[in-house]
Amino acid sequence: MRTKGILRYILKRLLIAIPVLLGITFLDFLIMNLAGNPLAMLMGPRVSQGAVEARALELGLDQPLLIRYGVWLGQVLQGNLGYSIKSFEPVAGMIRQQLGPTLMLMGSSLVLSLLIAIPAGIYSAVKQYSVGDYIIVGFSFLSISVPSFFLALVFIYLFSSQLGWLPSSGMYTLGSDRAWADVAKHMIMPVLVMTASLVGNNIRYIRSGMLEILQANYLRTAKAKGIGQTKVIGKHAFRNALITIVTVIGMQIPMLFGGSIIIEQVFAWPGLGLMTMSAILARDYPVIMGTALLAAVVVQLANLVTDIVYVLIDPTISLE
Amino acid sequence: MMDPQVKTIDQAEYESAPVGESYLASVWRRFKRHKLGMVSLGLFLLLLVLAILAPVLSPYDPNAIVGGFGQPPSRDFLLGTDLSGRDVLSRLLHASRISLVAGVLVTLLSTTVGVSLGLISGFFGSWVDSVIMRFTDMVMSFPYMLLVLMFAAIFEPGLWSIILILGLVNWPGVARLVRGNVLSLRETPFIKRTQVQGLPGRQILFGEILPNTIAPILVHATSVMAFAILDEAALSFLAMGVQPPTASLGNMLGDAKSLTILTDKPWLWLPSGLVIVILVMAINFIGDALRDAVDPTSSRS
Repeated sequence: MRTKGILRYILKRLLIAIPVLLGITFLDFLIMNLAGNPLAMLMGPRVSQGAVEARALELGLDQPLLIRYGVWLGQVLQGNLGYSIKSFEPVAGMIRQQLGPTLMLMGSSLVLSLLIAIPAGIYSAVKQYSVGDYIIVGFSFLSISVPSFFLALVFIYLFSSQLGWLPSSGMYTLGSDRAWADVAKHMIMPVLVMTASLVGNNIRYIRSGMLEILQANYLRTAKAKGIGQTKVIGKHAFRNALITIVTVIGMQIPMLFGGSIIIEQVFAWPGLGLMTMSAILARDYPVIMGTALLAAVVVQLANLVTDIVYVLIDPTISLE
Repeated sequence: MMDPQVKTIDQAEYESAPVGESYLASVWRRFKRHKLGMVSLGLFLLLLVLAILAPVLSPYDPNAIVGGFGQPPSRDFLLGTDLSGRDVLSRLLHASRISLVAGVLVTLLSTTVGVSLGLISGFFGSWVDSVIMRFTDMVMSFPYMLLVLMFAAIFEPGLWSIILILGLVNWPGVARLVRGNVLSLRETPFIKRTQVQGLPGRQILFGEILPNTIAPILVHATSVMAFAILDEAALSFLAMGVQPPTASLGNMLGDAKSLTILTDKPWLWLPSGLVIVILVMAINFIGDALRDAVDPTSSRS
């Protein structure tokens, strides 16, 4: 019964996601077109007016907005997402190339921040008002108050300029044979900075989620029956804490996209963020539309997966 | 039997509360007990005064070339000079002013938009509610920074466009909060009573429901302000925000992106970074203390 219900629920949610994605991309398209003609960037003394007009015709910029949006949607369905105005490459290919480095950065930061935040948050909640709790809470406040780009500068200053331990930018050492150890060395600072900016929020959510659970009646009953603190926390509380953790992960995903734009910029990390930033500066709107679509799809998927995991963990959640 | 000497927390709370105290006065009374909150409030007010008095306190004109290029701190220039020979301390004071203006105005703008939409959504319900809430969901599921950067590409970059952009993307949280509060208040006996008494909808909304939602809105506003200051700094750092020669905490840091400045001239970037951290941390602690004061039953989170 329930399995069938869950499948129907997933299907329903996927169908709802389609109009939302259409709305988001149309809004993106509208904003991009307000941003001005991408060909303004091509103009210069050596480009004739006629050439620019010919290019505009070629790109279909003389068509009304709705038609251009339709053409773009057609290209999405074909899977190539249009062509970059600057480099003439298909956008899908560009994204595929840059996605790897960004995912490496996002994935390791997310995992590392959870590995720190889960034990810290649980400890902090269990030992509420202890010295350790105050230190952890203070640290989490510091983490949400320090701008990631400032932390990045401090790290580069300390570990690259002063100590000379780590490379300050890029993904490979020039002229190296691209060994994984070299990449790993380049990854350390960006990942640490990103983790530091994620970990504070994670700790706060996990701690408050855990506090709520510890005050719940069923736990009081379990404790009163004398089954011991470790078992209470390990068995009864943690299952419910999972819901909190899933929520935290779901919330972090849109934030990861934003964070990666800034961190990739500072560390010259060759990922999606760096590509998006230069596309925004050049008003290369097929590329911006491509990343916006990707981001919107990922965020919608993250929401969906979060809700599905809720339903799987907690059988009392209604499927309606 | 209960020991008559031992008071429960509720009794202590009850006895220390003056009779007829207004709701906001009771929030302030509980806020004052929060040490870290009070220290942060003091720090925040100090930074506010320094920023307001920046034109008086600054030793030099922030945009004037007054010394050598990139000189280290000295008695004449307490925080040194930047690469164009401008006084860093004067620029820092004016930059905090810009950041605070941005923070306050973004918070006011987004709170106004959010509160209006939340009230309308919660009070009128039905299709109005669904339309507003679907739109809110859509804005929320945008990757925030991408949206902001796209807007920044449209407008001429500058302080006012930053305020407009951040103000117009930061409202969904407040809108949801207010809507939720309206929905739960609408079902309480005292609102039901005003409805039965025939009070017009507008009066119920602004005279009864809104005053009872102010405290949580205030708590949320502190976090919006912290975000606004961080985001203004991030955008200006990426050169998509406040434009030179106007100093902002973000663009002062942006000038240190080159490795040589970063290494050899830390006085150019360290102070503005530290000011951001102190300012944002103070605001976050104030918000935390306020949350406890608003809802004394909730545990510190």
